[in-house]
Amino acid sequence: MFKLFQPNKIFQITSKAPKYILFLFVIVLSIGLTEALILSPEDYKQSDAVRIMYVHVPAAWISLGIFSSITFLSISGFIFKNKNFFLISKSLAPSGFVFNIIALVTGSIWGKPTWGTWWAWDARITSMLILALFYAMYLIVWRIYESEEKVFKITTFITIIGIVNVPITKYSVDWWNTLHQPASINILSKSSIHSSMLFPLLIMTAAFALFSLLIFLMKYNTELIKIKNKGLDRI
Amino acid sequence: MYGRKVKLRFLFVALILVSLILTVFLVLKSLEENVVYFQSPSEIKALSELDKKKIRVGGMVKKNSISVKASEVKFIITDLKNEINVTYTGAVPNLFAEEKGVVAEGFLKDRNFFSATKILAKHDENYMPPEVKEAIGEK
Repeated sequence: MFKLFQPNKIFQITSKAPKYILFLFVIVLSIGLTEALILSPEDYKQSDAVRIMYVHVPAAWISLGIFSSITFLSISGFIFKNKNFFLISKSLAPSGFVFNIIALVTGSIWGKPTWGTWWAWDARITSMLILALFYAMYLIVWRIYESEEKVFKITTFITIIGIVNVPITKYSVDWWNTLHQPASINILSKSSIHSSMLFPLLIMTAAFALFSLLIFLMKYNTELIKIKNKGLDRI
Repeated sequence: MYGRKVKLRFLFVALILVSLILTVFLVLKSLEENVVYFQSPSEIKALSELDKKKIRVGGMVKKNSISVKASEVKFIITDLKNEINVTYTGAVPNLFAEEKGVVAEGFLKDRNFFSATKILAKHDENYMPPEVKEAIGEK
């Protein structure tokens, strides 16, 4: 199965795809923002403050999703000694980190007018902060160690420890009393968010996912160019 | 089909994960009191001794319980089983209202009286336009 990852074929995709993804991203984002900021109704209780949700929630989802992917790829890379998996994780991490920070900052901005505080040490918020710290550690390790072998091992270790935090973040609002409200969107039961507000939320999630994909492809392309310049013909 | 080393590495990762999950579970279990952001009035009632430390009480603001005198706000937090009287001086958040979630931070005077130094509004996971809320209310 690893033969599918032929550098030259991948390179062809990664060097051309960003243009189209960028185009798609701009379209989806403009639809999403129009829906979220203008067309969607205000909330019965929070009125216009609810619009922060359309940035906050997708950002949080994507940062959690990317961390899970990074962990899966790093562990697979570690077990099967596949360098490519590590490079994919490395290229995914920055957008995950950025969305994590966006989720924390927008959460803070949302918290002030609704809850009455910028920050609360409740389980959901604190575990999200811990996730950001793990992202930061992961990214720093790539910069401080010269030896690739070392980087691969340490980043795998960081993701394994960090992944334990992900289900805690997800379920913290159900397990403990938190200031943060429980999830509005459930796969198994009916969502407690009105469809007119769910739609822009999903469009914005698609836009953010496209943005992550765009950044990922650009980063990954750079990694492949680095390998080419080193004169190595395989990953 | 995979080499011995691959299997061993898999086992290694699996063992780290399992032991980590167990450790974190035990730590969180023993720290549960500190992980929860607030206690409910029932939990306050059940306390064996009253703490002098700052604590947080959360629940719903009881209907028709808010009374404002000058800058002092008095209201009752209920979890539908037990209640606690709260006094507070200062500005309340926008979403603070009767029959809505609230978290009060402050000190217990006794099991029934709480003097808050900070009031936070807790909102629920329901989002809908005002028209829909009205339609539900009429039913």
